[in-house]
Amino acid sequence: MPLIKDGAVAEDSWTTVGEDDPIPGGKAVIVGLTRWKDSADDLSGHNGPLGVRLKSDEPPELIAKDLGRFDLIALEFPNFNDGRAFSYARLLRERYRFTGEIRAVGDVLQDQLFFMRRCGFDSLELKEGRNVDTAIDALGDFTVAYQPASDEKDAPVKVRDWASN
Amino acid sequence: MNYRMVTANTLKEGAVVFMTASGGWSQNVNDGKTVTAEEADTLLESAAASVADCSIVAPYLIEVEVAGGKVRPVRLREQIRAKGPTIQFRTSA
Amino acid sequence: MMYQYDEIDKTLVKERVDQYRDQVARRMRGELSEEEFRPLRLRNGLYMQLHAYMLRVAIPYGLLSSTQLRKLALIAREYDRGYGHFTTRQNIQYNWPNLEDTPDILDHLAEVEMNAIQTSGNVNRNVTSDPYAGVARDEIEDPRPYCEIVRQFLTLHPEFSFLPRKFKVAVTAAETDRAAINVHDIGLRIVKNDAGEVGFKVLVGGGLGRTPFIGKVIRDFLPKEELLRYLQAILRVYNMEGRRDNLFKARIKILVHELGTERFTEKIEAEYEASKSDTRLLMDGIEEDRIRAFFTPPTYESLSDDAPDVDAEAAGNPAFADWLNRNVVAHKQPGYAIVNISLKPMGEAPGDATAEQMDAVADLADQYSLGHLRVTHRQNLVLADVRKQDLVALWKALVALDFATPNIERITDIISCPGLDYCNLATARSIPVAQRISQRFADMKRQYDIGEIRINISGCINACGHHHVGHIGILGLEKNGEESYQITLGGSSDVDADIGKRIGPAFASEDVVDAVETLVNTYLDIRQDGERFLDTYRRVGQDPFKERLYAAY
Ligand code: SF4
Repeated sequence: MPLIKDGAVAEDSWTTVGEDDPIPGGKAVIVGLTRWKDSADDLSGHNGPLGVRLKSDEPPELIAKDLGRFDLIALEFPNFNDGRAFSYARLLRERYRFTGEIRAVGDVLQDQLFFMRRCGFDSLELKEGRNVDTAIDALGDFTVAYQPASDEKDAPVKVRDWASN
Repeated sequence: MNYRMVTANTLKEGAVVFMTASGGWSQNVNDGKTVTAEEADTLLESAAASVADCSIVAPYLIEVEVAGGKVRPVRLREQIRAKGPTIQFRTSA
Repeated sequence: MMYQYDEIDKTLVKERVDQYRDQVARRMRGELSEEEFRPLRLRNGLYMQLHAYMLRVAIPYGLLSSTQLRKLALIAREYDRGYGHFTTRQNIQYNWPNLEDTPDILDHLAEVEMNAIQTSGNVNRNVTSDPYAGVARDEIEDPRPYCEIVRQFLTLHPEFSFLPRKFKVAVTAAETDRAAINVHDIGLRIVKNDAGEVGFKVLVGGGLGRTPFIGKVIRDFLPKEELLRYLQAILRVYNMEGRRDNLFKARIKILVHELGTERFTEKIEAEYEASKSDTRLLMDGIEEDRIRAFFTPPTYESLSDDAPDVDAEAAGNPAFADWLNRNVVAHKQPGYAIVNISLKPMGEAPGDATAEQMDAVADLADQYSLGHLRVTHRQNLVLADVRKQDLVALWKALVALDFATPNIERITDIISCPGLDYCNLATARSIPVAQRISQRFADMKRQYDIGEIRINISGCINACGHHHVGHIGILGLEKNGEESYQITLGGSSDVDADIGKRIGPAFASEDVVDAVETLVNTYLDIRQDGERFLDTYRRVGQDPFKERLYAAY
């Protein structure tokens, strides 16, 4: 599946492993929440980068204590209408101060990508068959916004200042 | 006996149209091709080509009566779709 | 007088139109399927209705300049069939645009600082308010700067653009609630606390539709500067916890109901506390002041509140006197008046106006009301700053337009949704019912005898015609292929808000107007001095009405 990162097509170095699949040593792997909860101890021996994948009804609160263990958190969009992960991403960035990679996976529309980036996602996995070029263009659909969000540092947009400071 | 007909809206104008015998589309319900209930699904499938070439949107089947050579949809909703709003709208002078 | 776009607003609207134009082009070329295009066009207010596309254009908190109204007229004339329909949410709808033309229509709108952004879809919709905002005698302060702030804050919000369901905010600052804040997802009432500071009372979880609820107060006093942080907390909790498994249970009112007001409030307060370290949304000055400055009251002439010409005309001209009594409201500034323009002439479709009428009203706004007007929740228009000495001339002009029917808040001032004549979701017609009621009660004397009464009509359970909060509510249904109409009594959207109760079995279309008349006659028979229909109903309950109503059948 095509991956967009930092506004360009990127190689995906991560492997998503199923509930019962063996963990390939030394590799960057993403596990589901259940696997993490059930076998956190085993995984602690894993010697490569570790990621966790949250379904849309699994808020980041559930892994708040373990965040230091993860290099990547994948947030799932079961369909493009399910916008919970927008909030999850912002909470991860702004409340839990997660600095690793946040990735959008699942059913993602190009017309949502601009919002995703603003909410703190830094990589987006497009569904097979979606047009990567127009998707990358869509990241720049807007140059202004009314709200501060999670993309302050490298804000590509001019944001309305509500506070005076 | 009641018949079936395929109706849709055009993509461009959104206009209500009915599928004709030649596979085209007409805004006049009397031009619509009527088929029996058994033939209905086949007729609806044949509308797929017009969806694919972007001429119409969301085709579906309606039930119609034919009396005196005139077609009349059975449901009020479809009668209104075929004829337009039942109210006078204010028109520009 | 009115907010004006700065560079950010202009750029955003322009970029949005460009994005939409591209979406339409992709659709026309077949690169987007209808399934993919649908949610995108809806976000720009474009529906596919029964006969054609329908475009809903936002009129933020119902405020329009004459220039904007002329543009709306131009769109009606050039891209539609010469008319538009004003809705209960202070928007305007066009019933016949072509898909290809819609990007051009949006360009036209952008020229006059308007748009159709978020007039549909699971996002925050047009922020609505009191049509008398800024000129009402009973208001604490002008609510419109806050409407504008909320509008901006929730427009293309990166986090809240895919909510479980649509979301509606209403703001008022007046004692009388002309904005129906009790039946909105969030209702904000500007209040003063004991220390004399101004802030917001916050109601959440009101709404009509299939499961009607009156909003619950979750905060008695929210300091003004906290508004955006608090809104963010409400929307965030809703976004994360609102139900997404069942379309009919996805509104925030169901979340409030299922959690209970107390538990819901705790969650909001907790989220709000947790986000307090983020000061970026603390409204402590500059931006708020910038926006507020646009709403500084105009420089009124210092006039006497007496208007001898008006009194003289009223004394000799009963038609003018009726209009003065009914459609003209006290203004906070001496020598000025608020004028309601009734879009409910006898037998017409409530809320409709032709392009010519819009142009003419725009001219009247320029001539008599400082170039501005408002759209009301009850589908009328308002000229808010009319000099009393101009009332007679204005009345004559309105009579010529058929816009001077003196029926504001009377039985023919009916709210009606488009119903089965236009709407794809409808189960029955609503406009023809409104027209028939209006004809039945056309006699003004009789209307005045009946007094204040609100009839609201919806063409299906979605309740866009707010039938639950009509003193008499009428809901159109389909039963065995026939239209039938269910009647509810005792609803209100004012400060005494309540959801109406179903009186009994539904009526056939040909009987529904008789049924309304029976209800009204029952009231006339049993009312006590000074009681409105609603008061009598609340005093005696359903039974006397029910007996009369069903005895006849
Ligand atoms: S109440 Fe129903 S019929 Fe009326 S406008 Fe809403 S959805 Fe359409």
